[in-house]
Amino acid sequence: MNAECGVPQIIINEINKKYSGAKAKKVLEEINKKYEKAKITPGEAIGVVAAQSLGEPGTQMTLNTKHFAGVAEMGVTLGLPRLIEIFDAKREPSTPTMTIYLKDKYKDDEDAVKKIAAKILEIKFEDIMENITVNLLDFRLEAQVSLESLENYALTLDDVEKALKNVFDEEDVKVYKKGLIKLSPKKEIDVADLYKLKARLKEVHIRGIKGITHVLPIKKQHGWIIQTAGTNLKKVLLMEDVDATRTRCNNIFEIASVLGIEAARNAIIREIILTLKDQGLNVNLRHIMLIADTMTIEGVVKGVTRYGISKKQESVLARASFEVPLKHLFNAATKKEKDNLKGVIENIMINQTIPIGTGIVKLVVDDAKRTKKKGE
Amino acid sequence: MSDIYVNGKLEGTCDNPKKWVEHIREQRRVGNIPKEVNIAYDEEQDIVLINSEKGRSRRPLIVVKNGKSLLTKELYEKLEKGEISFNDLIKQGVVEYLDAEEEENTLIALNEAQLTPKHTHLELSPAVIFGSKASMVPFPEHNLSVRVMIGAKTMKQGIGVYASNYLLRMDTDANILHYPQRPIVNTYIYDVMDYDSHPVGQNIVIAVMSWHGYNMEDAIILNKSSVERGMYRSTFFRPYSAEELRYPGGQVDSIEIPNKEVKGYRTEKVYKHLEEDGIIYPEAIVNSGDVLIGKTSPPRFLTSLEEFKMGVEERRETSSSVRFKEKGVVDSVLLTESEAGNKLVIVRVRDQRIPELGDKFSSRHGQKGVVGLLVPERDLPFTSKGVIPDIIFSPHSIPSRMTIGQLLEIIGGKVGAMSGKFVDASPFNAETEEDLRKQLLELGFREDGTEIMYDGKTGRQYKARIFIGNSFYLKLKHMVANKIHSRSRGPIQLLTRQPTEGRSKEGGLRLGEMENHCFVAHGASLILKERFDSDKTKIPVCKKCGSVAIYNKFRKKGTCLICGDNAEIGFIEMSYAFKLLLDELKSLCIYPKLNLKDKM
Repeated sequence: MNAECGVPQIIINEINKKYSGAKAKKVLEEINKKYEKAKITPGEAIGVVAAQSLGEPGTQMTLNTKHFAGVAEMGVTLGLPRLIEIFDAKREPSTPTMTIYLKDKYKDDEDAVKKIAAKILEIKFEDIMENITVNLLDFRLEAQVSLESLENYALTLDDVEKALKNVFDEEDVKVYKKGLIKLSPKKEIDVADLYKLKARLKEVHIRGIKGITHVLPIKKQHGWIIQTAGTNLKKVLLMEDVDATRTRCNNIFEIASVLGIEAARNAIIREIILTLKDQGLNVNLRHIMLIADTMTIEGVVKGVTRYGISKKQESVLARASFEVPLKHLFNAATKKEKDNLKGVIENIMINQTIPIGTGIVKLVVDDAKRTKKKGE
Repeated sequence: MSDIYVNGKLEGTCDNPKKWVEHIREQRRVGNIPKEVNIAYDEEQDIVLINSEKGRSRRPLIVVKNGKSLLTKELYEKLEKGEISFNDLIKQGVVEYLDAEEEENTLIALNEAQLTPKHTHLELSPAVIFGSKASMVPFPEHNLSVRVMIGAKTMKQGIGVYASNYLLRMDTDANILHYPQRPIVNTYIYDVMDYDSHPVGQNIVIAVMSWHGYNMEDAIILNKSSVERGMYRSTFFRPYSAEELRYPGGQVDSIEIPNKEVKGYRTEKVYKHLEEDGIIYPEAIVNSGDVLIGKTSPPRFLTSLEEFKMGVEERRETSSSVRFKEKGVVDSVLLTESEAGNKLVIVRVRDQRIPELGDKFSSRHGQKGVVGLLVPERDLPFTSKGVIPDIIFSPHSIPSRMTIGQLLEIIGGKVGAMSGKFVDASPFNAETEEDLRKQLLELGFREDGTEIMYDGKTGRQYKARIFIGNSFYLKLKHMVANKIHSRSRGPIQLLTRQPTEGRSKEGGLRLGEMENHCFVAHGASLILKERFDSDKTKIPVCKKCGSVAIYNKFRKKGTCLICGDNAEIGFIEMSYAFKLLLDELKSLCIYPKLNLKDKM
């Protein structure tokens, strides 16, 4: 049985652990039957079928849809633009967002969730200031901090001072009681540098996680979650209160760098399914898996573009037939490339049988045997 | 301080634009400023725009003051009696014309009941929300708005008498309907636009039922006997022209019967109708390819070789002949001069078009369909009074499109046909459904328009009552005779050796990229190969250098342009387009080398 069985050894061991004797054999037989059934016929054009299965619903999708999640509003790119974004493997999604799940103890604790959300939100100096003036007479920057927004963010002037002193070690930072901040350079610099300093001051990170511009606690059926605009998966996953097993992010490249390529593959699949589902479309998982596999098989995320997976096509003619033919032809000529004419596209071009379906079978007649049979 | 622009030019400023603009308007209404002047205040840009130039589209509106229309009852009565005219109303400032910019400053009520103190104007009639074409749809307020628009659009494609001087004109693609009629159910616009001088369509008897499935998917069934009596017959005109052009060097085209020596001479048969002057005579029956105007042109290039021919000019054949797959009778021949002063001949060919399977018809409600079957009268259902429908229309076209106006038109048409009057179906001002039902009842019919009908084949009474009445139908200009096309073998292009494109060139139907993907997806490798082998060739390839070689069949010897004579040649089968690609690669200075291997 085991010899002709296609089921992996690990699973066989697992079955043997649970069942024994005739029962184990029967279970294995049943599993083997299902396994054989799930296998795809050799020569099946899975790539084209997958492309058609995703392309056809794509024509029905509404263009430029923004989704607003219930009362709490946060615009997220969805529909065809998002799908294109995923397939093209855009480095940054047009609306990066994270869905942060918290540890079970915060499930129904609204106040705690809001506190955590406030902790996550990135606050820059420009968020709390009222104005900055460049004082050329005394050659320094003068900024007025809004005490009101400090209170809103539950910050104190001390926090601000600490943050500023952390960043500016070559400058004198003076914080006055009413929120006036004076920043004067210790060294002699020219006016242009002073303006650069002004830009730097605005960007000073006061609190929270870098990159997260908005937070929105939302109550879902299973408890509170935090939706964010802007992503920083690494830092968020390291937070104590966050449930790292469920927290999600829609930036596939970030997932690939933080959690690895397998996670990125799963993220691609999940994002495609979610965008399709949102439009009321249903595509068989295996087509999506095939595409996700192709995009990630090299260990890095590659888009379905001429710079991504199409670049890796073996045949010169196939590459040339897809966007910028001259470039591919000239490059191939300078490298003396050889086209073995093994693929589908090339064989259509030269009008030969394509190696798919019925064309994949090669029958050779054994002439000796045939004449022998005739003679009998 | 707002800027004032007069006809697009900055002319001044004013402090209180709103008040000032209102003042100017008041002056216009009184008559101190010409009525053609329009003034608007653009609040967003804070500018005043005054326009008095030509070329603006303007429309009339009734002026409203303090929520009261200036067109009072007395004025209206006077207007009705004919004591005053519409122009008097304009003079009195009751009605004024606004352009697009001034319209932005208004709040216009659709009818008098809607008026509030905020309103500035009132529409002349709620029907003006429809344009002149949409107003031609009867009972439009009972239809879905898109159906009214589609109806208006399809009416433009209807065949009728587009101009009463059509016999003198040489329009390309002209269609004239025989026996056009005025619709029984019509709207006010039919009088306004003088419909009688350019009618379209005919009133026919329509039954809403299915009939052996030949009217499914928007198809309609025509009564063959009605068609034979002349229903929806039309004539198609196509002019062909030829001009004696002058070329640099003093050479000219000449309209004549081409000599047999002329380059590109066709068969003698196609010139048979030409008279001495090289032009066909009227009432000649012509078929596809027959020459209408014989013409020869001077040679295109003067090559050195031709100089030796001792002055024997090799002229080209450039006659105009009847288009591919068209036929007809020569209607008229026109001899005139072109703008450049050259001799110009126009020959108009006419062809009678009798409705046939596949011709397109439409009601005025966007319910267009194609003829699915022509049935002899004896087989069609009939009513107890012996009425046989001209068209059988499928009931499945109604629910999803919700063209209730069409149903009302059929009832209205029935009333009109039986009582001998026209029925008014103007938008928002039509005869009511109750009225029509009542009249139908008085005429001795069921008030819902249904009748008991009998199967024409068996004579059995149908179990259901059939909705039958009169409706106005249009024959649309899309006729199968102009579109039918098929090809098995035929002409190919010179460059690629692939079939030509388009019906007029007897072209092939392209198996496109997506269709190709479908064959791949099905794994139908051999079918795919067969479908793409329209340009297959066997090409001799040099086994040594891999480039396309030359093979001499008589001497059975191959010559390679690189390796020289007696090269070893292998024949490979490929599409000619690929050979062309190889040639194009060579022109890019890329050397595509074919490595030949024996088949296993």
